[in-house]
Amino acid sequence: MKIAVFPPNSLILADMVERRGHEPLVIQKEMRKKVTDPEIDSPPFNITEEEPIKGLKYAAIEVPSGVRGRMAIFGPIIDEAEAAIIMEDAPYGFGCIGCARTNELSMYYLRKRGIPVLEIHYPETREETMEVVNKINTFLDELEKPEETEGSERTGETGKTEVSKLGNEKTKEQGED
Amino acid sequence: MVKIAQISCGTEYSGVQKEIEKAASTFGAEIIIPEADLDYIDEAYHKFGFNAASSSIRLMIARAMSLAEGKSDADAVFIATCFRCAEGALVRNEVRRFIQQNTNLPVVTYSFTERTKADELFIRMEALSTIVARKSLLAREKQEGLTLGIDSGSTTTKVVLMENNKIIGTGWLPTTDVIASAQEGMDQAFQDTGYKYDDVEGVGVTGYGRLNIGKHLNAALIQEELSVNSKGAVYLAGHQQGEATVLDIGGMDNKVITVNDGIPDNFTMGGICAGASGRFLEITARRLGVDISELGPLALKGDFKKSLLNSYCIVFGIQDLVTSLAAGNTKEDVAAAACLSVAEQVYEQQLQEIDVREPLIQVGGTSLIGGLVEAVSTVLGGMEVIVPENSQHIGAVGAALLVSGLGDRKEFGAKKL
Repeated sequence: MKIAVFPPNSLILADMVERRGHEPLVIQKEMRKKVTDPEIDSPPFNITEEEPIKGLKYAAIEVPSGVRGRMAIFGPIIDEAEAAIIMEDAPYGFGCIGCARTNELSMYYLRKRGIPVLEIHYPETREETMEVVNKINTFLDELEKPEETEGSERTGETGKTEVSKLGNEKTKEQGED
Repeated sequence: MVKIAQISCGTEYSGVQKEIEKAASTFGAEIIIPEADLDYIDEAYHKFGFNAASSSIRLMIARAMSLAEGKSDADAVFIATCFRCAEGALVRNEVRRFIQQNTNLPVVTYSFTERTKADELFIRMEALSTIVARKSLLAREKQEGLTLGIDSGSTTTKVVLMENNKIIGTGWLPTTDVIASAQEGMDQAFQDTGYKYDDVEGVGVTGYGRLNIGKHLNAALIQEELSVNSKGAVYLAGHQQGEATVLDIGGMDNKVITVNDGIPDNFTMGGICAGASGRFLEITARRLGVDISELGPLALKGDFKKSLLNSYCIVFGIQDLVTSLAAGNTKEDVAAAACLSVAEQVYEQQLQEIDVREPLIQVGGTSLIGGLVEAVSTVLGGMEVIVPENSQHIGAVGAALLVSGLGDRKEFGAKKL
């Protein structure tokens, strides 16, 4: 399955997804298409004024251009995702796109999609790290089960979201907003 | 090469990074990014004390701290964030203050959209570059020889002929074709002086049309109006030593420049809202059926409290004006309210962005509108506002003064129009 990760440039999350046989959807792949395009020369990302305009699909004109520019890259990833892993409170080195408003909007859109979403917080201890890794692996492995996929399809817009908060685990149904 | 440190958030994702770099390189400057590693970001923003939610904003703070602590080297600072980002606007302003308090670097701030192009940044980058690279030129206090200054503004073209520290001829006319307007302004300035263009030893050009006219004339000095105007202002006001603030409410944009011993050390420019410019007063005068030159005296006779106007947007401002007249308010009261409204907008959009230093020297064509000068003083709590003689020719005087430090124009191969 195509899995969106958040932070959308987290190499660790992308690697974990890939190791379980899924396709990680990350910003680096989108960026690669841009920076290898010989037609554009707007370093460092080859983003031009066109991207913030494309971002209007996700955020209105009164939203700052930096948010819309980011959404022009990450928005299509959200649209394409069949499942997602959201990790909150991650430090910069784990992955980050720099803008808190873009983070809020991206996570909201991922939750709103109605796809399976695993929500976890960045682990602070060895125990928490092991717990988070297990959760991610379990989540990814369960995605492959046919009955889970059928279940998701049956519920239509309603997706199953798991929320793990440093050991304070809970499961909720969402997608009815 | 002048090194301009960029402290910003969102420039890459807004597609304007290239424009910023292009604007800097156009004026012989290079954009550098102050160093800040991951550990330093947390350390710096905790030290700074602003708990920003966005990591790029934290990075801005760390880069500013890096400059202040001497971890990075730069000659000037450009601070920019996305237009309409509240967190960005807060930090942009606080970082500016921080840099000004902790370094001697000239700073300019800007809020951009995806539409921002290099030419909108030219004047800011050129001013930063000038302040650093031509400091000795800006220290000139006396005009020598016979020099010509041309200020090709968005609304009017001003020309001044100076000889041995005295203005001997002036020209003033609305700007149409920039070259033709400059030619006519020069003809006016030379009139009755006994001199002709060939006698002139140096030509300095400033204003929006400076590149075009400067290239055409092969002028020795082609300079943005921030540094030129501030020089002209302190010269005409007889305030070349010490601190001052120069305010120029223009036809298309406004400039506020703080100067120390005649050299600008900080400035802010606005250019998006016509409601905070001389344009609003032009339209007000037209609607009141008076010439713009009559608006000032009219406003001085009125009471702004009787007719509230809000020129935050020029369209709504004119609606307020029409409503106010329909309600029976006098032309005098409406003129006074229009002046106060522009002064309030200038204060809210620009003067509050800068540490205003007394005295405030108001210049440009709008400084001749007495009601506006009084309104500016009112919004600044009664601060002394100086309007020097020839204040409308400020840019041309500054250009004529500065070019006199560059030697004989013939050395530069200057030619006729």
